[in-house]
Amino acid sequence: MVPPSLTAPDPHPALDDPARTWLAEATARIASDPGAIRRLFPAARRHCGRARLDAHWTVDEAARAALLTALPLRGRALADEVTGLYRHGDPAEQRAVLSALPLLDLGDLALPLVREALRGNDNSLIEAALGPYATDHLPDDEFRQAVLKCVFCEIPLGHVHGLTARADHELARMLADFAHERLAAGRDVPDDIRPVVRAFPGVIGEEVQHAFTEES
Amino acid sequence: MRIFDPHIHMTSRTTDDYEAMYAAGVRAVVEPAFWLGQPRTSPESFYDYFDGLLGWEPYRAAQFGIQHFCTIALNPKEANDPRCIPVLDELDRYLAKDRVVAVGEIGYDSMTPEEDEALARQLQLAVEHGLPALVHTPHRDKAAGTKRTLDVVRESGIAPELVVLDHLNELTVGMVLDSGCWAGFSIYPRTKMSEDRMVEILKGHGTERVLVNSAADWGRSDPLKTRRTADAMLAAGFDDDTVDQVLWRSPVAFYGQSGRLELDEPKPDEETTFEGNSIRRGGA
Repeated sequence: MVPPSLTAPDPHPALDDPARTWLAEATARIASDPGAIRRLFPAARRHCGRARLDAHWTVDEAARAALLTALPLRGRALADEVTGLYRHGDPAEQRAVLSALPLLDLGDLALPLVREALRGNDNSLIEAALGPYATDHLPDDEFRQAVLKCVFCEIPLGHVHGLTARADHELARMLADFAHERLAAGRDVPDDIRPVVRAFPGVIGEEVQHAFTEES
Repeated sequence: MRIFDPHIHMTSRTTDDYEAMYAAGVRAVVEPAFWLGQPRTSPESFYDYFDGLLGWEPYRAAQFGIQHFCTIALNPKEANDPRCIPVLDELDRYLAKDRVVAVGEIGYDSMTPEEDEALARQLQLAVEHGLPALVHTPHRDKAAGTKRTLDVVRESGIAPELVVLDHLNELTVGMVLDSGCWAGFSIYPRTKMSEDRMVEILKGHGTERVLVNSAADWGRSDPLKTRRTADAMLAAGFDDDTVDQVLWRSPVAFYGQSGRLELDEPKPDEETTFEGNSIRRGGA
């Protein structure tokens, strides 16, 4: 899978005339009255549609990203508004907020939202939380736990942004131990952990050697 | 047979219920926000509940082939608790959401001034958001309460066809239908209304603007009462088309007025098996 880019795709080609007008008016309104986003953000999906634009974005997510980037706020004020939208958002709104985080100048202030999504049990939110924002801001130990959680929730590791760059010896050790546990229980080891473990051959103990040889 | 239960509190029901409902023909439900038995003591408890109605419960229902929508409101009982009143200030956010197809349940419990205020304010929100309103009628002093509810509805300026008054009986159905509002009936094992009495009401008042629900919740109730009413209608001589009107097309028409009822319409004779009906539990 192609890693998500740091810009949202332009939703306009997928919008009909009424939807374009709605989005233009909504972004203009938010630019002059940021509180207006509280009613407009939830309404974006039924005005703009929800078709898929690419591997990472749907039309409603791109339209909602346009609303978020129209907010004339910075720093803590921006974080508070975005946090409120996430706190009171339905799952589609929450996915849109998480996907848009790398487009917003938030520093570390949105990490609590990422952590909340990672604690939950909605795979679509966990995936959305593990985008470029998490790659840049999540501390090492939390990033490793998140990757391990993906393995347990059967989220393909190919969907985790920045995995190759952030994988380290400790993550490989945890995945090798996980493989050991699975083999001891007579269960399968998922294929997608193999490249991460093989990149750190020192973590592969004798008892799991056979699970990480090239032909396995 | 396809069934739309326009009022059921699935949060209080089990996956066995979902399975039995699907087997009985239920393909869509609306879950109104109401009280949970245990009183809430802060607005935050409501927000978590609303999030459940918009997130977890539709997800759970979908595992069993049932489409789940909801209505959002501060319920009449808790409108009397000053600790819960601030919920009214945040309703704007929730009434804007895709799966919210009405404001509700609103209405009277004990007919206090606080309930007056919450009812009037939330009818106003329904007008502002272009949403229907699901209005509960009180269990005590029902006829007087229903009459007073109709007065408040009239004063609010909301179109009567956007309003359903629920939990009606033989003594309240006439005034509600005369007002132009929809008439809702909750079929319960012992109280409120039975399926045989319901059939008599349909014979006497017709099948237009009538909604039949199970209102099943955490109390003694039965999520299959919609199906049992349909069976009682057939046994009493109503035809399949009329049953489909009351149990499917009418609730679709009522909540469809929200413009947000994004429904996959099942065929009336659809197969009654559904695959993949297990709740996925996070392995972590």
